[in-house]
Amino acid sequence: MAKQAILVPTPAIEEEVLPQTAGYAKAANVKDDIGQLSVGKLMWRRFLRNRLAVGGTIVLTIMYIIIIFAEFFAPYNHLFSNSDFVTRPPQALRFIDAEGNFHLRPFVYGTTTTLDIANLIYIHEDDPEQIYPLHFFVKGKPYKLFGLIPSDIHFYGVDEPGTAFFLGTDRNGRDMVSRIIYGGRVSMTVGLIGVTLTIIFGSVLGTISGYFGGIVDTLMQRVIELLMSFPSIALWAAFAAALPADITTITRFFFISVILSLIGWTSLARQVRAKVLAYREMDFASAAKAAGASHARIILIHMLPNALSHIIVVSTLAIPGMILAETALSFLGLGILPPAVSWGALLQDAQTVAVVVKFPWLMLPGLFVILTVLSFNFIGDGIRDAADPFAI
Amino acid sequence: MVAYFLRRFLYMITTMIFISFIGFFIINLPPGSFIEVYQAQRENMGTRTAEAELEALKRRYALDQPLYVQYWKWASGFVRGDFGRSFQYNREVKDLIWERLGFTAIIATFTLFFTWMVAIPIGIYAATHQYKIGDNVATVVGMAGLSIPDFMLALVLMVIAQRVFGFSVGGLFSREYIDAPWSIAKFIDMLKHIWVPVFVVGTAGTAGLMRIMRGNLLDILNMQYVQAARARGLSEPLVIVKHAVRNALHPLIMLLGMSLPSIISGSLVVSIVLGLPTTGPLYFSALRQQDMFLAGTFLVFLAGMLVVGNFLADILLALVDPRIRYE
Repeated sequence: MAKQAILVPTPAIEEEVLPQTAGYAKAANVKDDIGQLSVGKLMWRRFLRNRLAVGGTIVLTIMYIIIIFAEFFAPYNHLFSNSDFVTRPPQALRFIDAEGNFHLRPFVYGTTTTLDIANLIYIHEDDPEQIYPLHFFVKGKPYKLFGLIPSDIHFYGVDEPGTAFFLGTDRNGRDMVSRIIYGGRVSMTVGLIGVTLTIIFGSVLGTISGYFGGIVDTLMQRVIELLMSFPSIALWAAFAAALPADITTITRFFFISVILSLIGWTSLARQVRAKVLAYREMDFASAAKAAGASHARIILIHMLPNALSHIIVVSTLAIPGMILAETALSFLGLGILPPAVSWGALLQDAQTVAVVVKFPWLMLPGLFVILTVLSFNFIGDGIRDAADPFAI
Repeated sequence: MVAYFLRRFLYMITTMIFISFIGFFIINLPPGSFIEVYQAQRENMGTRTAEAELEALKRRYALDQPLYVQYWKWASGFVRGDFGRSFQYNREVKDLIWERLGFTAIIATFTLFFTWMVAIPIGIYAATHQYKIGDNVATVVGMAGLSIPDFMLALVLMVIAQRVFGFSVGGLFSREYIDAPWSIAKFIDMLKHIWVPVFVVGTAGTAGLMRIMRGNLLDILNMQYVQAARARGLSEPLVIVKHAVRNALHPLIMLLGMSLPSIISGSLVVSIVLGLPTTGPLYFSALRQQDMFLAGTFLVFLAGMLVVGNFLADILLALVDPRIRYE
């Protein structure tokens, strides 16, 4: 039906009425565009119509920029323990001080620490006497951007001995902002690597399996069924537990993403196969076959484009799945191991109700997991609608 | 049909055999034989293991013989109900496993029903009201549910229950029922507790299923036969329920077999946070301790449950969609 829609001749008179400019973004009636614009433009316009998808794209772009330049954006070294500020609650960024004076440059209060003898914990409180104005592009701990460019400029910071822990500190007094940024490096890339492998294996094997049927299909289905008959977390955990303990963080990270995609491709392959199986019985496939089209042509021209929206939706859905899987594995102590950080590894600190009630800010990495996953889901949804631009 | 059923059944059995291969592979995956691991762990605890005990273990698992003999010993033990020994608990695996598997299955079943009952009506509503307020709300809420890690949702629920309502929602039974024999009262007590894991585990599945249902139905609603049905003057509910929804459902039935593994996965992780007496806590601690007989057996059993689920889903799919033919 999609193909037929574009072949419908548009009345000449309408062509004159319609503006032909590219900036015609707010099309009230999609129907009028079909036959007027290229497929790519139609898709792009459809995508832009979905506010949530656009919002997700913006959020993810910002987050990826931050994790790429993590050394610059993180105010502190994420591994640096500070015993003076153990589990300090988040510091508020203020414009108005205790006397009610307005400061154009935002500032943070200093900290007074008392020891609660009864519970043996340090209690940190804001001290309105000490005011540390926030500075941008400050000189701080030297670092090497991408391991190459030496620099010591950080995005923000306050003068010593003031501190800027906007999201609090963990049980070793490490800045949560910095830890979340560095943790994002792992958590936000693990899914991308995993899903690339997933798409390649899943769509190729799924199409072959559904199209050719017979022994190929049977074999492929057995393998898929075998892999899918394990609860994924359990199988991932078993493989991750078997990783040698003495490998480097990078190697471990790489193996974790490979492990994730080892199982991830199966569900995509199965869904593509289901689509192709249904298409194979349809008239357009028989017609193509009768017209003497080769297998490759039938698969590439007639089936894959039809299954495309499905492949895209399933694989965009797979990215958040992998991010969540990494989070869960690390949370269980089987994924990324400390001192390396990922959002899941950070959440290990917040495993019990008692901790969450006492130090709620330790749950904050979870908010970033949700934000990332949500954005990917919104984008996937936007792409889903955009991939079929002829639907009205 | 009968032939197809039989063939699928045979496939199921072969799959089970291959699953046992993978299970055995995983038991042997960590470096070093598990006797060495066992010995090292005992030494860490300050116990020396007697030579005779090691000999007995070696004989029991045929460790001095080639791998296929070891496999055969292990796999044939399965049939006899001998699953090996947990080194961590120093007990027979079979004593540890049954009750926990049962609770896992109960939670999974409840969750599955919850998911389908909630997701499909919402999915239909969202697809028939695309881009209306109801659809957008369902999309946002559903996506939020999809995006929250299970264990975080469980934690937050527990904190809320404790702070706001003043009761704890962890576990599967109240304290007085934990060791009590099964009775109506105990069952009711379980129902009072089980909604938390069912809700937490089901959230992600519900959101996913709803999105897929919505997507499928949207695809179908654009098809010509739906327009044709409308053109023939059929009422809109009839067009949707009889012509569109039916055809949007069968990809979901294929998903039925697939959603079980993710439900089990979810319940594994959630059970750690909620302190449920299910497979999760035991399995993950077994993995961390490299107590591989326990872990491997759990894995094979979980997979076995899912294979049966898949088999049923395939049969169901063949029943409802006569278009699919297998040569």
